[in-house]
Amino acid sequence: MKELSEADLKKIAYDCSKATFLIEKEQIGKITLREKIELKLHLAGCSICRIFMVQSRLINQMARKVFSSYGKDLKLDENFKKQLQRQIDHHADKN
Amino acid sequence: MQPEDLRIEKMKSKGLDPQNWVIKYADYLYSYAFSRINDQDLARDLVQETFLAALERKERFEARSTEKTWLTSILRNKIVDIYRSKSTGFTRELNAIETEVSETDFFDHSNGHWNDQHAPEEFGIEYVDALENNEFRIILQACMSKLPALWLSVFSMKHLDEQTTEMICRELQITSSNFWVIIHRTKVNLRSCLQKNWI
Repeated sequence: MKELSEADLKKIAYDCSKATFLIEKEQIGKITLREKIELKLHLAGCSICRIFMVQSRLINQMARKVFSSYGKDLKLDENFKKQLQRQIDHHADKN
Repeated sequence: MQPEDLRIEKMKSKGLDPQNWVIKYADYLYSYAFSRINDQDLARDLVQETFLAALERKERFEARSTEKTWLTSILRNKIVDIYRSKSTGFTRELNAIETEVSETDFFDHSNGHWNDQHAPEEFGIEYVDALENNEFRIILQACMSKLPALWLSVFSMKHLDEQTTEMICRELQITSSNFWVIIHRTKVNLRSCLQKNWI
C-alpha cells in the first residue's frame, strides 16, 4: 500500500474514515511515523474514533476466541462418516 | 499375511492409520473447514477430498509431522484452492459490495465524518471483561457469519492463522490495497453489527 499523500494526511485530522483505516492498519501492520502523529492528533480531538479504537481491539481479541470455538460443536452426519470410512478403506486397499 | 494386510502394516509403520481417520479427525477437519468458508456442504466435501488426496500422496507423509497436522495442511491447501478458483467470483462479489455497502453507509463521503446513525457508541462492556461475555461472543459470531466470504477469509487468515499480508494477498490473489480496504470495511461492519445487536 502506498503511503498516504500530504493532502491525505492533512485531511486525516478531520477525516474519521481515514483515521479508522489507520487504526486498522496500525493493529496488524505498520504505519509511518507521520501517519502515527496524524492519527494521534485526530484521536486527541475525536472521541468517536477513540471508542472505535477500543472496540476494534476488543473485536480482534474476541474474534480469535470465536474462531477457536467456531464450528466446534458442528459434527458430521454419522451416516456420511460411515460412508466416508468405507470409501477410505476401499481406496487404501486399492493402492 | 495377505497383501492387503501388508499394505496396512506398511502405512502403520509410517504412522498413518487411515482406518481410524474418520473417527479421529473428520469432525475436527469439518469444523476447521467450516470456520473458514462458512458453508456446511462445501466443508463436508472438502473433508472427503482431503482424506482421498491424503491416501493418494501417502508416500509423501513424513513421520516428523503428525497425521493431524498433515491432514490439516492438505485441507488448508484445498481451501486456498477454493478461494483461488472463485477469485473472479470473489472480485465480482467485492465489486457488488463496494456499490452496495459502500463507505457512504458509514462515513459521509464528502468529508469522511461518521454518519450519525453509524457513529460508534460505547457498548458499555469495553472495560469489564467482555471476553468472558458469552452473549457478546454469540452476537459477534452471528455478525461474522454475515460477512462476505472473501472478507471472512481475509479476516480469518490474518487474525486466526496470523499469516503475513503478502501471503494472504498472494493466496487470495488480491492487491495489497484491496487487502487493506477489506480489513477496514470488515471491522467497520462488524463493529456496527455489534452495536446494532448488542446495545
